[in-house]
Amino acid sequence: MVTEERELTLDELRSLVSERAIEGETMLLNMGPQHPSTHGVLRLLLELDGEVAVNIVPDIGFLHTGIEKNMEAKSYEKALVMTDRMDYLNNLGNNLCYCLAVEKLVDLDVPERAQVVRVILAELQRIASHLIFLGTHALDLAAASLFLYCFREREHILDIFEMCSGARMMTSYFRPGGLWRDIPPEFEGAVQDFIAYLPYRIQQYEHLLSKNPLYIDRTRGISAITAEQALKWGLSGPVARAAGVDWDLRKSNPYSGYEKFEFEVPLGTHGDVYDRYIVRIEEMRQSLRIIEQALDQLPGGPFRSDNRKFVPPPRSELGHSMEAVIHHFKLWTEGFPAPADSVFVAVESPRGELGCFLEGDGSPKPYRVHFRTPSFAALQAMPMMSRGHLVADLVAIISSLDPILGDVDR
Amino acid sequence: MSVIDRAVQTIKANFGEGVLEVREFRGQTTVVLKDQALLEACTLLRDDPELDFDFLAALTAVDYWPNEPRFHVVYQLYSHKHAAFLGLRVPVDGEEPRTPSLEPVFVNANWHEREIFDLFGITFEGNTDLRRILMPMDWEGHPLRKDYPLGYEEVQFTFNFDEIDRRKPYAKE
Repeated sequence: MVTEERELTLDELRSLVSERAIEGETMLLNMGPQHPSTHGVLRLLLELDGEVAVNIVPDIGFLHTGIEKNMEAKSYEKALVMTDRMDYLNNLGNNLCYCLAVEKLVDLDVPERAQVVRVILAELQRIASHLIFLGTHALDLAAASLFLYCFREREHILDIFEMCSGARMMTSYFRPGGLWRDIPPEFEGAVQDFIAYLPYRIQQYEHLLSKNPLYIDRTRGISAITAEQALKWGLSGPVARAAGVDWDLRKSNPYSGYEKFEFEVPLGTHGDVYDRYIVRIEEMRQSLRIIEQALDQLPGGPFRSDNRKFVPPPRSELGHSMEAVIHHFKLWTEGFPAPADSVFVAVESPRGELGCFLEGDGSPKPYRVHFRTPSFAALQAMPMMSRGHLVADLVAIISSLDPILGDVDR
Repeated sequence: MSVIDRAVQTIKANFGEGVLEVREFRGQTTVVLKDQALLEACTLLRDDPELDFDFLAALTAVDYWPNEPRFHVVYQLYSHKHAAFLGLRVPVDGEEPRTPSLEPVFVNANWHEREIFDLFGITFEGNTDLRRILMPMDWEGHPLRKDYPLGYEEVQFTFNFDEIDRRKPYAKE
């Protein structure tokens, strides 16, 4: 349906940039969509006065894959697979958000064990995502060795995911009603080893960056925002917390049993790039605390709901129960119907508030799914927080927002 | 009385005519409003210190084609003080869908409205930068509408490979 190629006219450009750019006083420069430090396919139209960014216009949509439209054509259980592909550094977090929405829509209970395993894996995912942030952020500021260290640590987490779900990244492990299968026996040991090993590594990274004068020069006071600005622009997660907004959905609106765990919400004061880094480092430590407590109180019992109208029966029942065969057949051919109403569920992803709006229409397919993604909100606020900064600082600002373009474009 | 009940009462008291319906589902409240009442209702919800819904948490639309009013624009407001979500819905007609923009009240509505404009074709009056955002600028149609077909790629077998290849849109030599 794309018509012939067409160039941007001057009039269209006029609404985006200042009059000075049209007259040639300031320079227009494209950054991306194939720039290594835009963290994906993000294009920025920069208006530069010398080395200072007067205005920037983010251009997104290069990774738009129509996930929401595709989900409308699949049953609730099958649509889950699409959520992995959205924010590809927070696969389990997306699974969790979608599963919670489906469970709320059809009013389905999740057993205790599944909830605790979900918390452990979601927190591991948060650490993995923050490790990538740390590595790429340092790489953008020319500290290349940290990138390799962080990916090395992340590999341990991916191994744990593979152990549980069989896949390193596209896990689809959380299902409406619980988990796809029980965690393997070696799971606890592997997680215990990891949480014993990571704190020392985090300390090492802090030694490399936190007091490094080169790093501080490039991050302190860069893109500082106030708490009011953060709220006004819909920012959430570490970016808002670095500006002093005391808001973490795990604390304020607990889900999946987060109210049972003790942890602190680290806050910054300046809202600049440096504080965002500090907040994320501290969040990794808090996640380790949560995982430790969760492992201690990991209960036994079923790993998914035994409500056969929504959750398929175990394989062992199929041999001797006709009813199980019928349920199995119905669930995998038709799916389960959901009432014609809508729910909104928000969870704390590593990047902020990840919201899922889910509407059913009485059929086994979602009528409308919408994901309110934190990266989308962060990119929208980016022009506000980068005006007046040097071009060289833009890469620091982008990486401090930690946008995932799959999350932005969906 | 919870903050949600207070908010619903406040809206009802101030916009008796403007409130079409109050929905309760699984402990979540959604107020269906006429589009004229939306801006004032949101300002009230935001500025009333008792309510303090200071955050636009999500904004999306639903297409009920072929029913009328065809669209619902769905707003989720959040109050940090009370840790509560409140849903708002505004029905929009299918013929020339238009509704006021929430940008004067919540700045971050801008991109969300652009997304709805792009994918549903609803015009938001007062949005300062209403352009397509996810689809290419010259795209025709609005993909998330229910009357917009879900595209797919035809599977090429040996017997029909060339035939499909001829009409397949991709960069050929």
